[in-house]
Amino acid sequence: MKFTEEHEWLRVEGDEVVVGITIHAAEQLGDVVFVELPDEGLTVSKDDEVVVIESVKAASDILAPIDGEITEVNGTLTDNPSAVNEDAQGEAWFFKMKPSDPSQMDEFMDEAGYQKFIG
Amino acid sequence: MTELKRTPLYDLHNELGAKMVPFAGYDMPVQYPLGVMKEHQHTREAAGVFDVSHMGQVILSGESWDHVARSFESLVPMDVLGLEDGRQRYGMFTNDAGGIEDDLMFARRGNDLFVVVNAACKDADIARMKAALEPEIMVAAITDRALIAVQGPGAEAAVAGMDPAAADMTFMDVRDLSLDGVDVWASRSGYTGEDGYEISAPEDQADALTRALLALDGVEAIGLGARDSLRLEAGLCLYGHDIDAETNPVEGALNWAIQKVRRNGGDRAGGFPGADVVLAAFENGASRKRVGLQPEGRAPMREGVEVFDAAEGGHHVGTVTSGGFGPTTGGPVAMGYISIDHSKIGTPLWGEVRGKRMPLSVAKLPFVAANFKR
Repeated sequence: MKFTEEHEWLRVEGDEVVVGITIHAAEQLGDVVFVELPDEGLTVSKDDEVVVIESVKAASDILAPIDGEITEVNGTLTDNPSAVNEDAQGEAWFFKMKPSDPSQMDEFMDEAGYQKFIG
Repeated sequence: MTELKRTPLYDLHNELGAKMVPFAGYDMPVQYPLGVMKEHQHTREAAGVFDVSHMGQVILSGESWDHVARSFESLVPMDVLGLEDGRQRYGMFTNDAGGIEDDLMFARRGNDLFVVVNAACKDADIARMKAALEPEIMVAAITDRALIAVQGPGAEAAVAGMDPAAADMTFMDVRDLSLDGVDVWASRSGYTGEDGYEISAPEDQADALTRALLALDGVEAIGLGARDSLRLEAGLCLYGHDIDAETNPVEGALNWAIQKVRRNGGDRAGGFPGADVVLAAFENGASRKRVGLQPEGRAPMREGVEVFDAAEGGHHVGTVTSGGFGPTTGGPVAMGYISIDHSKIGTPLWGEVRGKRMPLSVAKLPFVAANFKR
């Protein structure tokens, strides 16, 4: 699993990448009450706002970590947004994407690096 | 930046693991490890303890109740004189334009008037009362007492377990109680829509009293985050958001708080700041009104969301002043000001969220029925 400074995690599955937010990010957000997912098939560029996530406190955006195409979204989050608080780094993934340049992932941190980053 | 003030419960909040945030000049707990959602639900199902010591506590005294009450009536459009001993009422300070300078609770304790005002407004409120009423009336800011709210269906068992007299109080009663050996001024009221008490306790005993309450079964510490979602579901105004110096009580749908005796035709009609504007609004109605707003989808519509009468184009008809997720309703809830011709319950409207118009409708307040002990 790789981690970004935007508190996202990426996991490679075949030629796809699964994206979610970290447990740390979910804790900072507080209780998640609403998730708006992108359309499957959408082509995105790194740093595009692709997901809106609202907690009891505020709305935040999740950015596309890399360039590519959204191949699948986790529709269960629409009905059960609290899954993000319960299993941020497991069941509560947000979307899968097909990277157009997998080397963009090289710069991301590993778990130890991320733990250090959040200090 | 000036240093944040601390309430007498500051150490306890930190010990409990609260997340502290600046609020109205105080370092206050926004949530505890339980989290906003669970704290909210716990208060509706059992009992929650809130530190509201940042609020202003003021005592007005004079030569007689009649004198104190009539003097206070020059600042508020409420029936103060008719308040029986041991009873509390909701009220507000108005300005010359009929706008609301603050909302408050006032209670009669013998010949004195005990007033609780919002933290952010308390300095201005005290200055206003002193300027208008002294020296005939003594305006004493109480700075050596904490204020602790115990709210929820389990509040009576918690408080009455310490002093059985608490069980005899009904909604908006005030009484002196002795809780765990601490002499307190209690009112049976609050800001959650639930049964409960607000307890004014000497600052040096507040920590021990709060710990004693928290040691009881089913009592949890609740932060300002859940306090906000609880009051929103209960349809209660947050000063500075749902009502302010630019909104008059009729626009704010607070007509019920102005008793007939202070309205046109009443024995003591008018005689408060902005009476001409407020009483005219009673006669002629207002051009806009505070209403409940029920978003149709799951997306919260927060303060500042603009409201329109069509999914595309159409007219701007209002603005959300408070909104978020209601843990008890299980979905988004909001309130705001809507032009009077679109303010009927059930009217379909659209709120603009992130550039998209999302459907909502005008809804009856409160979103969650009040659970007071009448």
